[in-house]
Amino acid sequence: MDNTVFELTKLNFWYGPSQALYDVDVTIRRNQNTALIGPSGCGKSTLLRCLNRMNDLIERTRVQGSIMLHGQDVYAPEVDVIELRKRVGMVFQKSNPFPKSIADNIAYGLRIQGVTAKGELSDRIEASLRKAALWDEVKDRLQESAMALSGGQQQRLCIARAIAVEPEVLLMDEPCSALDPVATAKIEELIQDLKKEYTIVIVTHNMQQAARVSDYTAFFYLGKLVEFDATTKIFTNPANKQTEDYVTGRFG
Amino acid sequence: MELHFDQELGQLKEMLLRMAAVAEQSVADALKALVERNEELARKVDTEDAQLDRMEMDVDRVGIELIALRQPKASDLRFIIVAMKIATELERIGDQAVSIAHRACELTQEPPLKPLVDIPQMAALVQKMTHDVLDAFVYAKPELAREVIAHDNAVDQLNEQVRRELTSFMIEDPQTISRALNLMTVARKLERIGDHATNLAEGIVYLYEARDIRHQNE
Repeated sequence: MDNTVFELTKLNFWYGPSQALYDVDVTIRRNQNTALIGPSGCGKSTLLRCLNRMNDLIERTRVQGSIMLHGQDVYAPEVDVIELRKRVGMVFQKSNPFPKSIADNIAYGLRIQGVTAKGELSDRIEASLRKAALWDEVKDRLQESAMALSGGQQQRLCIARAIAVEPEVLLMDEPCSALDPVATAKIEELIQDLKKEYTIVIVTHNMQQAARVSDYTAFFYLGKLVEFDATTKIFTNPANKQTEDYVTGRFG
Repeated sequence: MELHFDQELGQLKEMLLRMAAVAEQSVADALKALVERNEELARKVDTEDAQLDRMEMDVDRVGIELIALRQPKASDLRFIIVAMKIATELERIGDQAVSIAHRACELTQEPPLKPLVDIPQMAALVQKMTHDVLDAFVYAKPELAREVIAHDNAVDQLNEQVRRELTSFMIEDPQTISRALNLMTVARKLERIGDHATNLAEGIVYLYEARDIRHQNE
């Protein structure tokens, strides 16, 4: 069985005149967590945002090379970007719940998808909140404002909102960097649970986090992919000296 | 809250328990081979040893991965470090069993030197030590591990007794030398198994009490 979800070949990317990614080849595998690590400015977030074309929202950007999602070119002109982002959901560094109730945050995407029946809506709200390990904390106050939740709860709400529309892939851009250690630990546990159902790509500047939650790790430096391998390999015996220096804290 | 990491630690513990079962079996088979003069059983010990070698490498690999990926702290860290030491000791117990089994094969080539008395007694003692120390590990009973350590002197004394007795056999009749030397080796290997059980016990006290009790009576 082919486990490939994303296949990136010779991917180059520019912000105006400055090149951010150079000839990146990466394969993202199904139901595996892939972590993108590297020092600031290495291109890891740029790469992540290429996967669901979030970079389209930035002016004067340019892409070269190919990103295939199950064999289909993500950047082909006929691709419906909204549809793409439904399949490839995203969670950001800073939790960004809508200023609505907890339930409405989840229901928002579902209503756009045409789910309006009360019963189905509430079932799917509950299912999403359960998957995001938030249900027990909010089940008695679904109509309260999402803004009243703690930072960690807000981030789990954003994850619940992302998975409510049943994406195949979840992109996470530093999902824990605004959270305290306890909330971080909860999100990390959640990330490991979610891989049973989703394919996750996570950008993190916290190497230990990459080690804990991912199956594959890609190390970037100055826009180039230095090394991509099983996380156990990267953290016990990396092939590249630069990777070794980075994961051992001697560089970067 | 049970973490994914807890499951991984649980898997490591299971690997050790499977390994312990093989190690105990290999000692039992080696002794049975000796007492019953059974060469087939002696060969089984070789197979078990190969199994233990592989299991030791697996435990070390998983231990290293968990340290690299999980950054274990406190009791988790002690558990992984001790798990790797336990694997080493179990593998060595397997080596001692192989050595006993090989001597048993040689001994079957000649008539019995004498009825075996002290050696089976020694064997029973080190098997109990090994079994108890593994119970101490499984049921988190450092006090049981300490009892195991206390038995080691009795094993050493029995070994000394066997050595004296066999030496007198050799002095009286040079025909007995090769058999006596083989039996002496068997006793010596049993004594070593007692030492491994003691090392295991010290590791288990460290695991559960965070106290290093090695080298205190030296």
